[in-house]
Amino acid sequence: MDGSALLALLQQAAPGATIDAAPSVDVHTTIYVSRDHVIEVARALRDAPELRFSFLAELTAVDVWPREPRFEVVYVLVSIEHRLRLRMKVRLHGEDAHVATVSGIWPAANWLEREVWDLFGIVFDGHPDPRRLLMPEDWEGFPLRKDSPVQIRRPPHVAEPLQVTAEEFRQNVERDRLSRSEM
Amino acid sequence: MPQLRTETMTVNMGPQHPSTHGVLRLVLTLDGETVLSASPTIGYLHTGIEKTSEQKKWQQVIPLVERMDYLSAQSNSMAFCMSVEKLLGVDVVVPERVKNIRVLLAELQRINSHLVWLGTHGMELGAVSVMLYCFRERELLLNINEMIAGFRLFPSYMRVGGLREDLPRGFHEAVRAFLDRFAGKLNEYEDLLTKNEIYLKRTQGVGIISKEDAVAYSLLGPIARSAGVDYDVRKVFPYLGYETYDFNVPTQTAGDVYARYLVRVAEMRESMKICRQALDRITPTGKWAIDDPRITPPPKDRVYTEMEALIQHFLIYSQGFMVPAGEAYVPVEGPRGEQGFSVFSDGTNRPWRIKSRAPSLLACQALERMIVGGLIADVIAVIGSIDVVMGDVDR
Repeated sequence: MDGSALLALLQQAAPGATIDAAPSVDVHTTIYVSRDHVIEVARALRDAPELRFSFLAELTAVDVWPREPRFEVVYVLVSIEHRLRLRMKVRLHGEDAHVATVSGIWPAANWLEREVWDLFGIVFDGHPDPRRLLMPEDWEGFPLRKDSPVQIRRPPHVAEPLQVTAEEFRQNVERDRLSRSEM
Repeated sequence: MPQLRTETMTVNMGPQHPSTHGVLRLVLTLDGETVLSASPTIGYLHTGIEKTSEQKKWQQVIPLVERMDYLSAQSNSMAFCMSVEKLLGVDVVVPERVKNIRVLLAELQRINSHLVWLGTHGMELGAVSVMLYCFRERELLLNINEMIAGFRLFPSYMRVGGLREDLPRGFHEAVRAFLDRFAGKLNEYEDLLTKNEIYLKRTQGVGIISKEDAVAYSLLGPIARSAGVDYDVRKVFPYLGYETYDFNVPTQTAGDVYARYLVRVAEMRESMKICRQALDRITPTGKWAIDDPRITPPPKDRVYTEMEALIQHFLIYSQGFMVPAGEAYVPVEGPRGEQGFSVFSDGTNRPWRIKSRAPSLLACQALERMIVGGLIADVIAVIGSIDVVMGDVDR
């Protein structure tokens, strides 16, 4: 099945969704889907009998900063029954970077979406477990964004050792002794 | 009889546990010996290779990606090079000999990786001698790596557009000697394990994953094949001329630890078949890269004698080569399942972004489905059987 036939089938299975074809150099037919129709198209891709994309092989994102729309979320899908591969892409604006989760359709998306949130800061609405995956939980920023600084050198942060003079030390001992004798 | 007071216990397994194959941490809730819930925590080995690669030139990424999944180094670099070749549009002119050598090296790497898996998995279940035998045969494969590239674990022998240099003298003899020896050795491993009563008791019916779960969690690889999903990239989306080789894809239906063992051992036999066929096709000398002066550096003897060759050499190693804007993902069948690199280019000499499809990450995600409800002693058997490499999980 070539790309245009696949696109026609998909348009039939998900009427109402805006689906645009995009050029591709490899085996994957590439489509752009608008953010509002992701769930609808994903369900059609998985369940339509002529498509049956039952595997979500890959889910990732690209940051094309400083251009807008800045993010592209990329879903790579595999259909074993029909020997098809498809790349579905969603464009997202930088200040409004959120898209519906597909982890209800392909459970494998759970960790993959967590990774994209962790590294790009794209929010997946309705995600069952929206935590960071690879970076430490108290990390600030999203390292794979293109405006995230690389190879920065920060001065090492060292806790100052507690310095007490001899005079203060004697006073402390005296104060402790007095407080004990009062009891 | 008075009511016995019971309570659940939370146990931290890892990240420094010897049987978690690196630094995987599992927070287990136990009721006695039964696992009630498990939550894997990863990220202890996150080195940011994908971010680092964005600062490197295309050819400098090859040694980096080999260190992601350190047991299948040549598969990684091959997948990366094939994606870049696809973007460059030179994948159609890669010489037949290069393709055959890549097939041979990828299959040797699969045997290599499965040997480490079999050895460590066997040892964790008490079969220490299997570990010693497997590492003995793996040594021969590392010697072959040393022979072709001078480096045993991460040869960096794959290059965009072909290979680094021609095969060394004696390569065919070394590979043939390994294959002749290994056929008998594989039978020995099977004698030790396949019908071993203790091994069967530890593995049969343990860590079962259903076919539906294998599909849902995208376990494209040996784990899915042991659960009855008949998918192998080499058969379904052939690359490098795999359609011309005669081999089978072993599958099982039980989906337990023992089925995964059977699938991987059978895969090693199939890999040997492919290796023999590839070796017969490879001539001792011949082309080892494409004829493209933009991508392939000239041979050293020309660099030392011709000015044009020196300039070409200098340009490639200082500026690198430009890759047209676009994206490509070429799936290959690595030792752990479908593997590949999503490569994005903006038309310059450095990658805009690369993303590895990590089969170990997805296996780690599905781990919970396999161990909940089982015994804590079986957790170790299951972790061993899914063959995770933490370098691949965290990247």
